[in-house]
Amino acid sequence: MNNSQNNIFHPRPSLPAPRHSKGALHWVKTNLFNGWFNSILTLLAVALVSFTLPGFIQWAFIKAVWVGDTEVCKLSDDGACWSFIDAKFRVLMVGVYPESESWRAVVGTAIFGAIIVATVANWLTGKVLLVAWLLVPVFGYFLIGGGFGLKEVDPSLWGGLMLSVLLATVGIIVSIPVGILLALGRFSGTPMIKALSIAVIELVRGVPLITILFMASVMMPLFLPPGFIIDNMLRIQIGMIIFSSAYIAEVVRGGLNAIPKGQFEAASSLGISYLKAIWLIILPQALRHVLPPLIGRCIALFKDTSLVIVVGLLDFLGMIKNSSLDSQWLGYETEAYVFGAFVYWVICYSLSRYGALLEARDPTSHSK
Amino acid sequence: MKFSLPKLNHRFSLITNGISLLGQTMLIGLVLYGAYYLLATTQANLLERGIESGFDFLGKEAGLPISDKLIDYQPSDSYGYAFVVGILNTLLVSFIAIILATILGVIVGVARVSKNWIVSKIAAFFVESLRNIPLLLTLFFVYTLLLTTLPGVRKALNPFDGVFLSRRGLYVPEPIFMDGFVFVIAAFAIAVIIAYCFTRWAKSYQARTGYPLPKILISLAIILILPLTVYLAMGSPLSFEMPILKGFNFVGGITLKPEFSALLIGLVLYTSAYIGENVRSGLQSVSTGQIEAANALGVPKSTIIRKVLLPQALRVIIPPTTNDYASLVKNSSLAVAIGYPDMVSIGGTIIGQNGQSIEIIAMWMAVYMTINLVISGLMNWLNVRVQIVER
Repeated sequence: MNNSQNNIFHPRPSLPAPRHSKGALHWVKTNLFNGWFNSILTLLAVALVSFTLPGFIQWAFIKAVWVGDTEVCKLSDDGACWSFIDAKFRVLMVGVYPESESWRAVVGTAIFGAIIVATVANWLTGKVLLVAWLLVPVFGYFLIGGGFGLKEVDPSLWGGLMLSVLLATVGIIVSIPVGILLALGRFSGTPMIKALSIAVIELVRGVPLITILFMASVMMPLFLPPGFIIDNMLRIQIGMIIFSSAYIAEVVRGGLNAIPKGQFEAASSLGISYLKAIWLIILPQALRHVLPPLIGRCIALFKDTSLVIVVGLLDFLGMIKNSSLDSQWLGYETEAYVFGAFVYWVICYSLSRYGALLEARDPTSHSK
Repeated sequence: MKFSLPKLNHRFSLITNGISLLGQTMLIGLVLYGAYYLLATTQANLLERGIESGFDFLGKEAGLPISDKLIDYQPSDSYGYAFVVGILNTLLVSFIAIILATILGVIVGVARVSKNWIVSKIAAFFVESLRNIPLLLTLFFVYTLLLTTLPGVRKALNPFDGVFLSRRGLYVPEPIFMDGFVFVIAAFAIAVIIAYCFTRWAKSYQARTGYPLPKILISLAIILILPLTVYLAMGSPLSFEMPILKGFNFVGGITLKPEFSALLIGLVLYTSAYIGENVRSGLQSVSTGQIEAANALGVPKSTIIRKVLLPQALRVIIPPTTNDYASLVKNSSLAVAIGYPDMVSIGGTIIGQNGQSIEIIAMWMAVYMTINLVISGLMNWLNVRVQIVER
């Protein structure tokens, strides 16, 4: 009986993989040099990288000037002059905003940053989150523009990254509800509402943002009764909201399309009213579906705020362009643009990462 | 496709219809009143500011100089004609940019799914950096680089005979068509028709017998050889006007101003990043099993790409690419920021001169809507052709 224990079949442990199919050398072989075509490509790519990257690192870091004025920068000819950014930092961030009121930008950034951190970390949820974000535009305009005890600052003095972020944030927060309304209008069974929504959406989507901005800045005053004046900044903000709403409406429409008809029918068979069904059943599901493209629209809108330079506002890009025209710091356009590109990139890339995070966090997501 | 909210239930829809009839009437009334009110205030405002209305200004003398133009234009020509010059410039830059962005985008997309690690990483870097930076910044950057790194006119780079590259722009020889060239164009048209008929016949031949013919090769041969023979027979009715340095600038030839080049490069780089992503997702949407099955059946690699991979990938690639083409045309309006005289730039100047913003903006909208409709029409036609044929 004891024998049966010994009769169990024990396979020999498997041999290790052959030496030529593991390790770094194998990785290089299969990923870089499998076949003559790939080998040529790899060599070309390596040549490209080794041609550009060391030069860039030399310019941006090793030979760069970090502190000092123009005189120091002129000495180091083939390095970047980052002290130029340092000297222009205030202008780049807030433009010509009065110096005595700069603290407001700092406070605003701190509060805005806190809300963002709280959102990303999932500390705020549900209605609190919604209310917090809906208060951002009101609070932002109040803090930057003044009023109610704070010293008023004319909108023509707003600028820099502050203006870009303000335009984009307010634009997106206001245009999401407007866009949802437009999308629901397009879905509506009432022909008149449907036709109006389609007309607005398609007309706006058919033309470039610049024409909308021109419209807001040049044409809108003609439409308003005399004495009723909207500031240029605010008009452009309205233009951006109209533009962004049309695109968000199309995104939301995609989500509405994905909701099966049975959901409506189930809601109505339970005696739930039309508005309640939309608000409690349809929209939560539809918006969940379209979160990634909605984040995409946020990124696009933030990038699009750079166009306001064409209608005379000096946002972040405008300040970058202007700062390189300073006679004291002439010829540092490259530094200015590289810094600007870096800032835009960091913001947009973080947004897209956040979108990916949301998608991964979604409990109903099927893409695992 | 038809989109409408499903009716909740019969009784409910009756009620909503009852409400909506009243609501719709009120809405129509509101819209009409709003339109009337806007019209009235606008009329009053225009009168007060002394701005004319209507499209009469299109016939008046423009007096604005335009640096880049496809057709002959003098400042003494009319506003309408100046606007047409702008439209042509918009079309030119969009057309070239669409072609180049497609080519570059396909390369980037294929590189991104490449098994070659370093190549795919470079493509990913390209896509991620360009998509996360505003196009306008890219445009300014390219424009500045062109202006600062290129040499002056006197030291212009001369890579080929008759081609000069300097800070003032790129100078290339201008083809001059002589009398007999009409016949060459006619021969080309005939060749295209013959090639088309041949392709159709070859298809039916393959359907009947199962023998494939080298359709593309033969078509190309027809299209190339026929016009070439006519060209030689007519005694080469084509010559080139070379750009020559005279004084401070080049004279003759075709000039591509740095504004045009910067706009073109910026649009191509930006859009190709987006098209690259479309191509990548299209290629990845084809399941690997399909390729493996084709390999197992011994289908040659090029045939796998043409007959298995591409037809399925194109279905995913074409719809988003249509949108990207449309945004490219709209993005070409950024020309105004670097001073290339496109439609928006010229229109903006006209607004500055006579203040007739409503008319100009309406014209912009009309032209852009038309271009968009044409693009989506063409791409829909293409899309229908590559979609799965349902039996």
